[in-house]
Amino acid sequence: MKDKSKIQSAGLIAFIFAFFSFEVIAGVPVPDIPEAVKGEECVEETGFMRRNHMELLSHQRDDTVRKGIRTSKHSLKNCFTCHIVKGMDNQPVTAKDPRHFCRECHDYAAVRVDCFQCHTSIPGGAKTTGARP
Amino acid sequence: MSRLPENDNKNRIDHYRRKLLGAGAALTGAATLGPGVFFTSIARAKPDAEPVSSEVRWGFLIDTNKCVDNCDKCVTACNDEFNLTGFGRPETDAQWIRTVTLRDKKTGHTTKLPLMCQHCAHPPCVDVCPTGASFKRADGIVLVDKHTCIGCRYCMIACPYKARSFVHETIENQKEYGPRGKGTVESCTLCVHRVDKGEIPACAEACPEKAILFGNMNDANSDIARRMASTASTEIRGDLRLDLGVRYQGI
Repeated sequence: MKDKSKIQSAGLIAFIFAFFSFEVIAGVPVPDIPEAVKGEECVEETGFMRRNHMELLSHQRDDTVRKGIRTSKHSLKNCFTCHIVKGMDNQPVTAKDPRHFCRECHDYAAVRVDCFQCHTSIPGGAKTTGARP
Repeated sequence: MSRLPENDNKNRIDHYRRKLLGAGAALTGAATLGPGVFFTSIARAKPDAEPVSSEVRWGFLIDTNKCVDNCDKCVTACNDEFNLTGFGRPETDAQWIRTVTLRDKKTGHTTKLPLMCQHCAHPPCVDVCPTGASFKRADGIVLVDKHTCIGCRYCMIACPYKARSFVHETIENQKEYGPRGKGTVESCTLCVHRVDKGEIPACAEACPEKAILFGNMNDANSDIARRMASTASTEIRGDLRLDLGVRYQGI
């Protein structure tokens, strides 16, 4: 009887230990950032990009729209030359898909970007449909 | 957010390099074409890093005499270029260019012409825009900055040419160079994405009769300026004195 309760308490301790150590190892869930398709480095250092990509994008945006400066380094278009996620059909997924590069972190941070209400979210954009009633 | 200093430096080097290359290309061109003969059209593309300049004034010269009945190739080309798909509601569907037929009531003579944003030098749409979204680029192209457009549609009311459309529906099939979205106003961009690359707008390219001539109105040696100097052309509603970027012949 004594032995049984010993085993039980040992089991409980083991379980608690395992539970907490698992928590410590796994940590809080983090976004699984998809690998870039090509290139070793981003246009700027990765840490800088994670913090400042929005600033670079909006700066480039104003330069392009207002002044016609079309350098591609910090353009949204340039992001998609490397940061694309392909679906089962081997085609790049759009921002509608939670696997999309931008959404992976933005969903996690609960930040909804409105870029893709107007901009295409895949490289090359849509093909000509030619359909017009 | 300011650019990083090394970027600036790099851009500057690129700029000089491009200028040098451009000069080289121009010399080569001159040499192959022979003395006194130059490609004066828009074959010279602006360097990417350079902002547009007010020395240039892009515009169209449209010869209505060449415009053929039952032809809408310019309209189709524009719709294809920007995927302006309709929703079966002609009242509100996006329309950046349309053909208009004028009929002289006295003589019955009809004239057909393509009508798009006239890219005014003094655009009423820019005057009325409460957010500064409607603006004129230095090179005379009138655009909507959809990042700041709130969709109030004042510009649509102000435009004497009914050149602007409002996007009523969620759009999903945008082109990479032509962002469009629900709740913003849009109009002919003079194919700014092509012009910045040194190409001509889609409608001008598609016209089988070459009725739409595109070029730099400020360059006295350009085809468009020369034709404007040699043949009579007029503005639609010239009485408004908006100094249009689109001029017509034969009306």
